[in-house]
Order: sequence, then structure tokens, then C-alpha cells
Amino acid sequence: MTAATYDLGKLHGGLRLPGHKGASTAAPIRDVPIPAQLILPITQHVGDPAQPVVSIGEHVLRGQLVADPGGALGAPVHASSSGTVIAIEPWPVTHRHGDPAPCIVIECDGDDRPVARTDAPWHAADITSEALLSQILRGGIVGLGGAVFPTAQKLMQARSGNLEFLILNGVECEPYISCDDMLMRERAAEVVGGAQILMHALQIATCFVVVESDKPEALERLGEALGDLSDQRIVLKQIPTIYPSGGEDQLVQLVTNREVPSGGLPTDIGCLVQNVGTAAAVYDWVINGAPLISRVTTVAGDGIVNPMNVRARIGTTVADVVDFTGGYAEYTEHLIIGGPLTGKSMSTDRVPLVKATNSILAVLKSSFEGRQLPCIRCGDCAAACPVQLLPQQLFWHACADNEAKLRDFGLTDCIECGCCDLVCPSHIPLTANFRIAKGRIQELADEKARAERARRRFEARNHRLEQEKLQRDNELMQQKEAAKRAGPAAIAEILKRKQQEQEDD
Amino acid sequence: MEFSRRQSPYWSARVAVPGMMLQVLLALVPAAIAHVWFFGPGFIFNLLVAASFAVGGEYLVMTLRKRPPEVALSDYTALITAALLAFALPSLTPWWVTATGALFAIVVAKHLYGGLGYNIFNPAMAGYVVILVAFPVHLNLWIAPRMGDIDYQYLTVLQTLQFTLTGSLPESLGFDAISRATPLDLMKSGLNNMRTVTEIHANPIMGDFGGRGWEWIGNFLAIGGFWLLIKKIIRWHIPVGVGAGLLIPASIMYLLAPGTSPSPGFHLFGGATLLCAFFIATDPVSAATSPKGRLVFGVGIGLIIYCIRTWGSYADGVAFAVLIMNMAVPAIDYLTRPTIVGHGKSGHADE
Repeated sequence: MTAATYDLGKLHGGLRLPGHKGASTAAPIRDVPIPAQLILPITQHVGDPAQPVVSIGEHVLRGQLVADPGGALGAPVHASSSGTVIAIEPWPVTHRHGDPAPCIVIECDGDDRPVARTDAPWHAADITSEALLSQILRGGIVGLGGAVFPTAQKLMQARSGNLEFLILNGVECEPYISCDDMLMRERAAEVVGGAQILMHALQIATCFVVVESDKPEALERLGEALGDLSDQRIVLKQIPTIYPSGGEDQLVQLVTNREVPSGGLPTDIGCLVQNVGTAAAVYDWVINGAPLISRVTTVAGDGIVNPMNVRARIGTTVADVVDFTGGYAEYTEHLIIGGPLTGKSMSTDRVPLVKATNSILAVLKSSFEGRQLPCIRCGDCAAACPVQLLPQQLFWHACADNEAKLRDFGLTDCIECGCCDLVCPSHIPLTANFRIAKGRIQELADEKARAERARRRFEARNHRLEQEKLQRDNELMQQKEAAKRAGPAAIAEILKRKQQEQEDD
Repeated sequence: MEFSRRQSPYWSARVAVPGMMLQVLLALVPAAIAHVWFFGPGFIFNLLVAASFAVGGEYLVMTLRKRPPEVALSDYTALITAALLAFALPSLTPWWVTATGALFAIVVAKHLYGGLGYNIFNPAMAGYVVILVAFPVHLNLWIAPRMGDIDYQYLTVLQTLQFTLTGSLPESLGFDAISRATPLDLMKSGLNNMRTVTEIHANPIMGDFGGRGWEWIGNFLAIGGFWLLIKKIIRWHIPVGVGAGLLIPASIMYLLAPGTSPSPGFHLFGGATLLCAFFIATDPVSAATSPKGRLVFGVGIGLIIYCIRTWGSYADGVAFAVLIMNMAVPAIDYLTRPTIVGHGKSGHADE
């Protein structure tokens, strides 16, 4: 089976960027050896931090649960190798740009002994979709495209709506990143197998596996895997290589020609998007009983001596991973986790690789220089914006801190893809400005909510005081009434007593 | 290992404002050479005067505004303003006329509104209109284009320089001997004198379409303009808009009343149409920003040029058309906002 091109929806704007993926896809994925220490952050997903269930000094095995989901939205964490828990302490983490957050530190014993498997292998016929969902929940699987939303919860939320399509995202549109490409090349069978499992869990009949046209080898492997499977419900789709086609909402628009409503989710229009890596992770867990304890990561950028894709245990530090590949080039200035457009800049490479880490980029200083000039209203940013915003007008209103206008011009619809920055001849950091403005809007909203709460509290207090006063007045009135009613008799009584006293004298 | 943090994205644009502006200047070079060829070296003197006063004025204002002058000067926009002004002025223009226009353009129209990116009006056109109001006589001093079959006296380089510096011709030469009405003037006065278009075109100065010399300058402006389009320095919306706004009414009138309506070719190659379509109206700062808005902006300019040429008292109307549409830009921008993805009807299908 070959990749079929369908009539697709169209994305507004977007950019054709140099891929820089050749160097990291030249050789197969290499395994990073188990490090001396594993650092497992308890927050590797969207939602509540996981709660450690091991204590310091405890010996753990590979795949053993070390932290339970902390709330309704969360994912468990498993030990990536066997060893001893030596600390539960703050450690620099990627989601905080290198600032510390609580982590479980395991000193590896090097034996890499696995935990005993308890679950039976899965067969479509004899497992309900509900049982499957709770099984996926236990695997610690999160969206591996970078958003790290707990997969099981995403599936459960999707099941409650009118779901039509499962879309497997193999687009990987950001430059340098090629971990999904390599995964699809080397593990296409697991990817489509994972798609089958997800479809069963969701009880839906159509799945699109979408890959950009710059990955012919991945398309071929997936085609072969689908041919072996002969499952007509899974359709391979090829889309043009345009950044940011791999954004969730953008992908839905491209594949189905439906727009995800502002502030809504793809499930609102019958679609659920999962990364191809997530599908493979689901397969590994459900079929092979291997929880999410390792992932493929691209190590690349002009600051990396030997760019390549590696499979590393979750918890291996970025420094260890880069060392394994051959280290940094001279004059490396920045370390970026993620892509060159949306990634996060780190202050240190002591941060551990986590479930979200799809790419480690080292960048030289000279890669982005350019003096900022005033906006000349050229409009190139609006032409490039995939959401059809007017970044130049947004920038104007962001500078003026005009909240109403910012909302009016759709700031909250900005996906922070960075396209506008890349075309701006005045080199204005638009996306950074929008991020700050979004924060300001959120702050204002929070402030408003706080003020509203305070107002309601104040009103409730006034109401209560008034009620109490009313009650007191009532009681007083009743006493007076009672006194009034009892009045004549009491006076007579007093007079009688006085008379008595006089008589006594 | 420690690293310095930075905000994403970690790439920036490979294009830059100074480079874009330099390309605009380069795109004007062929037309400038043609201008000198047909109308003499006065263009160069005008350009030198305009450029010195534009750059000097910008340096002065930036210093007064306590900002680094080199930042503003290194973006080349003052030079573009000077060049456009030089194209708009007759080759025989005394230096104080050019200087007034250039200084007004840079100091008032550009920097008093906040400098690059903030000016509402096209600086070159604002400067030109000030000259039109302050020195109307000087704008009629167009010399006849160099053409072998037209007999007239040429000015030497020194004589041209003398005029630029002093505003007076050598005693042996009178204005009548060297100046000629422009094709647009001839057309306007001819039509006013109840002559037909064909009769007016009998004058050899009228050339094939838009007048001797003018049409060649027009060709080179168009070549420069197409080069800017290919280089994506400008986009097609404004040139096409200007062309449509001017040529559609011109074509209709030409078909209905060919005797009293100049041809669309005359409108296109005559006067400053092509300069406006590719170089003046396309100034991004003072133009509308969205593609749809730019079409509206261009069409508006074309229509106003047509109205002024046909019914106005001025022979050409590019400067007024551009300034009037500059005023309309905030309204156009507001009314032509694109629908944000997710806010359209397909996004709200469930509601």
C-alpha cells in the first residue's frame, strides 16, 4: 500500500522552513546506556503532580511504580531502571527552564532488573474498552508530541462526545526534530498496532495516520505495516511540508477541513489527535507490558558535534545524553528542549530527560542576531499566521496594554508558533510579547475573579449582619411587646409591694 | 554546563528592513537613468538636494528626540523619500523648493508623527503637496524630453546646476524656449478647449501612450516594480488595485466616448501612475495592512487619480489620491480584518 494523497483542508499562512533533519536521520536510533543516577520529576504531564509511593532507601525494579497520579488529571511515574531511591528532592527540570522542582532520585545498580509482569497479553476480543482505558491509565502514558496531556484522560474525555476520527500525528513539522520520523521508520508496526488499540479503546472506525511529505521512508514503512495488517479502517495520509501543520488544531483543519472552534478542542468537531510516539507507547504497554520508561529524542543543532536520534531512559540527564552523542561544539550558547521555534531554553543541562523531551538542541550564539527596528506594517506576519491573526496589530495593542483590543484581535487564539517572528523584517520578538500579554490578560482575569469573590464575600457579610440586626430588633420588639402586655399587672405588683413595705414600717 | 536563557523562537527573519529599502532604491535606478536621459541632469541635482536635506533633517530630529540618529539613517527610508520626491519634481527645480519638500516630508510628515512606522501620511507625497501649495509655479517648469525630432534648446550640465542653485536661467534663455507642457497638461487643456483626443495626440510630445520620455520612464518603473514583486519586497495587491481603480473607469469611458476620453494606455503611462502603483502607494507604513485592505486602498487611489485627472483642476492627482487614502487606512484596516481561524462558520457549526 502506498501513501495516498487526499483532498485536504488548507492552512492559512505557515512557512516552508529548512528542515535540518538529514544529519540526525542518517543513522539508526542509538541506545543511551543506563546512567549512574536517574532523576524522575513527579510532574511530567499536564495536571496534578504525581505522589511518590516509595521511600528513601527503598530498592526499586525497572517498570516499578514510584509515583501515583496525584489527582483527577495525572499520570503515574515508573522507575526507568532498577536501583535504590536515594533522595526525593528538588532538582532542575525542563518544564521550569532549569529551575528546580521535586524529583525522585534513583541510584542505579546497573542490573536493570524488571518488575514481574502481572497482566495477561491483550486480545481485542476479550477486553472491554473500559478495561483497556484503565490499563492505559496505569502505563503512565502521556502525549509524547510535547503537550504531555495524560493519554488515558484524553481518551476518556473524547469518548463522551461524538467522535468520528482518530488522527495519528506523524507530521513533526519543526526543524531539526526527527524522533517521530525515526520511530516511524524503525517501529511502524508498533505505531499502527497502537492505532488499533486506541481505536478499540475509543470504539471508533476511522483512523488517519498523517505524515509530512519530507518523510518518504517513514511513509513507506507505515504503508508496509498497514499492508501487513490489512486493516481498512486505518488510512495513511501525506500532507505538504509546511510549518506548523503538526499543531493539533492545524492538523485537524488540514485533514478534515474543519476548524476547531476558538477555545474549544478537536473533540468538539469529532476528532482526537494522538502523536505516533504515543501510539507506539500504548502498544508497548498494552501488548508488551512495558510502561513509559524510555523515549526517542533528537539531539541536534549547530552546537552538537554528532547529531543523532537516541533512545534514553526517562530520568537520564541531558548532560549524559549529550555526552553520549559526543558533546557540545565550541561557543555553544543556548540549550533548547524542543524545537527551534517553540522549544524551551534551559539554564543548565543537569535537567533530566522527561516524557515530553522530543528534542535536545544546542545552539551557537550567532544563530539569531538582528537589531530590532520599528514595525513598518509590512503585513508579512499576518500573511504567515496560521490562525489568521494580525500580529502587527496585536503587537501595537500589546505595547499599549489594551486588554479589550487584545481580546478583540484574538490574542487568546495565538498558538505561539513563532511564524510571525520568522518573517518580521524589523526583528520584533512578537511571540515573546504575546506570551507576556497573555500572562497579563490571565492576571487581569484572576484579579477580576478575586475582586468578584471579595465583593461577594463582602455582600454576604453585609447581608448576614443585616439579618442579625433584624433578628435582634425583632427580639427586642418582642420583649417590649411582652413587657407592654405584662405592663399593668407588673405595675400593680410593684405598687402592691411598695404598699406592703410601707405597711411593714 | 550552564547556558543563557532566551525566549522562543530561536530563529529570526533572514530579511531586514534596511535590505528591503535598499532593494527599493535599486529598483528605482533604471527609471532614474531614463529620467536623466530624457529630462537632463537636473534629476541628479534634485536627488542630491533632496537626499542631503532628508538625511540632514532626519539626523537633526533624531538628535533632538534624543535617539541614536544612525539607527534611523541606516534603514535608508529617508533616501527613498528623497528619491520619490526627486522623481515627482521637474528636472529644473531651485534647491530651496526641493529642500522645503524634503524637510517637510522628513521632519513634519515622518518624525513629528513618531518616525518610521508611525507616520500616517506618505512623507514624499506630503512634501510634494507642500511644494504644490507653496511653489506652484515651479512645478510647471518641465523641460521638453530629449527627442531627435523635436527642436528645442538643451541646457548644459552647468546651466542646469546654475538654475538649481539660483533659480534663474542664463540671460540668453527664456523659460518659454525650454519648457513644455507635460502630456497630462496638454490633454487637460486640449480637452478644455474642446479638442478631441486624437487631435491632442497629434502633438509629437504625446508619444505613443503617455508622452515622449514619460512612457519610457514608465517602462523602467514597471520593470523595477516587477522585480520588487518577484523579490517579495512588495505584494501585488496595491499595484493591481491602483491599476484597476484607474484603468477600469478609464477603459469604460474610452469605449463610451473615445473622442473626449484619453485611452487607458495614456492613463497608465502618463504622469506618475506607475511610480505610484509600484513605489509610492506600496509604502507599507502608510498603506493598509491586510491583503483585502490593500486592494481597497489601491483601488481607492486609482479611482481618485482618475477623478482628479478627469474632473479636477490639477493635471495629475497621485499625491492627493495617496494622502486621501492614507487618511482612510485606519477605517480600511478595521473593516477588512480577516476572520480568525476557529471563529468562522465552520468552527461554530455546533452552536
